[in-house]
Amino acid sequence: MSRVQLIALLPIIVAAAIPVVLILAIAARRSSRLVLALTLIGFAVVLATLTPAARVAPMQVTPLLEIDGLALFFIALVASSGAATVLFAAGDQGASQVGETEEVDAEREVGDTQGRDTDERKPEEHYVLLSLAVLGAMVLGASRHFAALFLSLELLSLSLFPLIAYRRRQPQALEAGIKYLVLSGVATGLLLFGMALLYAGIGSLELAAIGRALAASGAPGSIWILGGVTLVIAGLAMKLSLVPLHWWTPDVYQGAPTAVTGFLASVAKGAVIVVLLRLLVASDAHRQAPVMAVLAILAVLSMLTGNLLALLQDNVKRILAYSSIAHMGYLLVALLAAGELAAEAVGFYLVAYFVSTLGAFGAVALKGPGGDNITAFRGLYRRRPWLAASFALMLLSLAGIPVTAGFVGKFYLFAVGVNAALWIPVAVLVGASMIGLFYYLRIIFTLYTPPEHNVAAVPVAATGATALATLTLALIWLGAWPAPVIGLIQSALGGAF
Amino acid sequence: MTSILLLLILLSGGLLSWVAGRRNARLPRWIALVALAGALSWLLAFWSQTPVGLKLTGGPWLERLSLDWIPRFGIALSFGLDGLSLILSLLALFLGLMAVVASWSEIRERTGFFYLNLLWTLAGVIGVFAALDLFLFFLFWELMLVPMYFIIALWGHGDSARAAIKFFLFTQGGGLLLLVGILILVLGHFAATGHLTFDYFALRGTALDPQIAFWAMLGLFLAFAVKLPVVTLHTWLPDAHTLAPTGGSVILAGILLKTGAYGLIRFLVPLFPQASAALAPVALGLGAAGILYGGVLAFAQSDVKRLVAYSSISHMGFVLLAVFAWNALALQGAVVQLVAHGITAAGLFMIAGSLRERLHTLDAKGMGGLWAQLPRLSALGLLFAVATLGLPGFGNFVGEILVLLGTFRDHPTAALVAVTGVVTTAIYALALVQRAFQGPPGERTGLRDYGPRETAALGLMAAVSLGLGLYPQPVLDLARPALAALPGAGG
Repeated sequence: MSRVQLIALLPIIVAAAIPVVLILAIAARRSSRLVLALTLIGFAVVLATLTPAARVAPMQVTPLLEIDGLALFFIALVASSGAATVLFAAGDQGASQVGETEEVDAEREVGDTQGRDTDERKPEEHYVLLSLAVLGAMVLGASRHFAALFLSLELLSLSLFPLIAYRRRQPQALEAGIKYLVLSGVATGLLLFGMALLYAGIGSLELAAIGRALAASGAPGSIWILGGVTLVIAGLAMKLSLVPLHWWTPDVYQGAPTAVTGFLASVAKGAVIVVLLRLLVASDAHRQAPVMAVLAILAVLSMLTGNLLALLQDNVKRILAYSSIAHMGYLLVALLAAGELAAEAVGFYLVAYFVSTLGAFGAVALKGPGGDNITAFRGLYRRRPWLAASFALMLLSLAGIPVTAGFVGKFYLFAVGVNAALWIPVAVLVGASMIGLFYYLRIIFTLYTPPEHNVAAVPVAATGATALATLTLALIWLGAWPAPVIGLIQSALGGAF
Repeated sequence: MTSILLLLILLSGGLLSWVAGRRNARLPRWIALVALAGALSWLLAFWSQTPVGLKLTGGPWLERLSLDWIPRFGIALSFGLDGLSLILSLLALFLGLMAVVASWSEIRERTGFFYLNLLWTLAGVIGVFAALDLFLFFLFWELMLVPMYFIIALWGHGDSARAAIKFFLFTQGGGLLLLVGILILVLGHFAATGHLTFDYFALRGTALDPQIAFWAMLGLFLAFAVKLPVVTLHTWLPDAHTLAPTGGSVILAGILLKTGAYGLIRFLVPLFPQASAALAPVALGLGAAGILYGGVLAFAQSDVKRLVAYSSISHMGFVLLAVFAWNALALQGAVVQLVAHGITAAGLFMIAGSLRERLHTLDAKGMGGLWAQLPRLSALGLLFAVATLGLPGFGNFVGEILVLLGTFRDHPTAALVAVTGVVTTAIYALALVQRAFQGPPGERTGLRDYGPRETAALGLMAAVSLGLGLYPQPVLDLARPALAALPGAGG
């Protein structure tokens, strides 16, 4: 491997070093503050190495990875999201410790001097697992080969499984963990089988070679290729929780620790979107009507079902889970269109969606005790005005209201849809956005209604507050002055497509 | 610069209210009052500096400003003020001030957040009236909705959360269709010229395929028709107006409806002259039907606020007629009608709000004989009622007569139907006065008549309405060059 290739690979190398450093640090001294600081420094170094890497990009590094603008763009996004997640997790644990301390005190009174949840209050492993998941997502965004794709997807999913079930004393968390393990195993199985069939039909595992073969064959040629394409789409759709392969999502989102849910809804989804984008572009899938028809149906179903089912929920995390299903449908509308504008739209929408989703789940994580039911959010305006205002802004952004990032993102989707004359998806997008407003407004309305009984305000942890404030500022900046980010995305994605 | 300055005053005033409201519940209303008074006097000063008749060499625009914003899409921060924008902005700020007065004692909870929403809605409205970039226009169009939703949902009466959602869904649905229509136009322009822009002037005269142009035009029409409202798309209006707090009703009826009319005049017809002409027969029919329908339903209401709400539908029918008659006379009438209706509807809503505050009901059947108990309030009520029925001497008369004259030239049938609507106006307005203020007095004691604050506010509004009726020339002078510059409306 040449020096230039090493420079290109530097962000991923640094990301891979983070978990190792963390494990060594934990072996030396168990301190969650130290580990938090090291994780954040690690992500900062990853971001710093992007500049030299961008100078040599695009570059193929080994047969497995392609460090191009899209990969670097996504690495930047994932590293920032990882940092936000870590900060929210630290804030969330601070809040839950309040409750646990009381519990421990009560136990002391009956003579049990050992706190039950000592392992849960020493959350260092949490950071190790999260940095592994971040590494998986980064490699996934850069993979140009089915082997890399599969390995990184497994790294991402397997690190997420213990994160989801982290509060293992809670039955809901266990249920969520098991569900995620089983269903992500099924998705992986589908994907792997599809890859095998494609290999049998084409004889290569490189995305570009497979894409060329698919594009050349025009209509799906052999039964191998047909089966392979179908299974790969199904596997990816399941990972993206597109309707009708969405049913695992609400339970997992509800049971997981809220900060992890934010990560799951943003990074884990975004990485698969990037893979899908690469596959579609490589195989010139826009010429193949059946594939596009399948994706269009998935998009329409996800937009409608996600939004309609969100109406029926009373748990805020479940509402946001269904809303994320709908948002994946929105993103598919951009993927349905070909060309530079579409890739740019996907890029911008990902940024906007990441910011709003991480912020929304982050706000839920910082809300303090009382559960995630919508009634627990009553009067948040009075207890925590800034938190409530940030949360409301995140929801407005998800709904696509100006002056937020989501507004520009939705504008991109409409522009792409109208430009490509995708009238049916655009019409559904209009309808689905209107349905979506119902539940976003319902949550916001609840924030500003007086509480049923007085709840004590819990101080928001400084770590989480910093992350939420940063995300809020980013949200407004992206909505009010999107030109710089658009320029960045254009230069990052422009060459690739 | 003026528009940006106004926006800054309103937006920062709103934020300041919010922050101040957490310390002192009475401070926000003063901040809102000062911000609005400042903005209004700035705009009045701007008006007084413009030469009479506006024979400017640079066309109808008193001021224009354009800064690059999102060059990727050819989107600019492009603001402009012509006579039409100036008149409607003045109206918006004036009624905003009145809304603050109306909310002075009504809003006691979460005052900071209330005035944040009030000022931000007004900022959205000012932006709508000043934006000359279609993306920017759409942004402000959406921006004014969210705070309005909060005003209705959080401070409204009864089942106001439902009414607010209904309002939001109708207008947001229209908004998304507006966006699709704008995008079809912009991308069609891009395909024809290779120049991607959202600039209003560049997009005027885009030659689209007639069928595509019709669909794009329909998107814009539906968005504006929901706001105006045009009959069949009006069902959000009575609920929202009735259940909103008084300040909210004032802004809804007085200002927000005008954004729909402004959209029709500024954007719909100039951008799609042929396509909108194709729609004219239907739209004229809907306008005439709205005048009658609103009038008849207003008569059937016993709830005072619902009555005023339906009367708004009737009055806005005249505006729709004028827009689709599209000649100088009718359009001038429409502008006068917008101002006049804004003031009288706002006045009537304020009176209804005061009645609710005192009687705890809005049912006219429970009123009667109020003249003896609340002489000042009742006298002002009578004044606004006769103004709304179009008594000569008030602005509404000038507006309606000009619209009818303008419409009659080309579309006599529609004008004739509309004239019969004027009769229904007289019936419901007089019936309202009869039921509420006349008749045997009910057994009520301790009613507080209007104090100096309310008398001054409503008296000022009555004076403006009267002034508009007796000497409408300043408004006509201001509007004429702006309207004449619109394509096809010069004659």
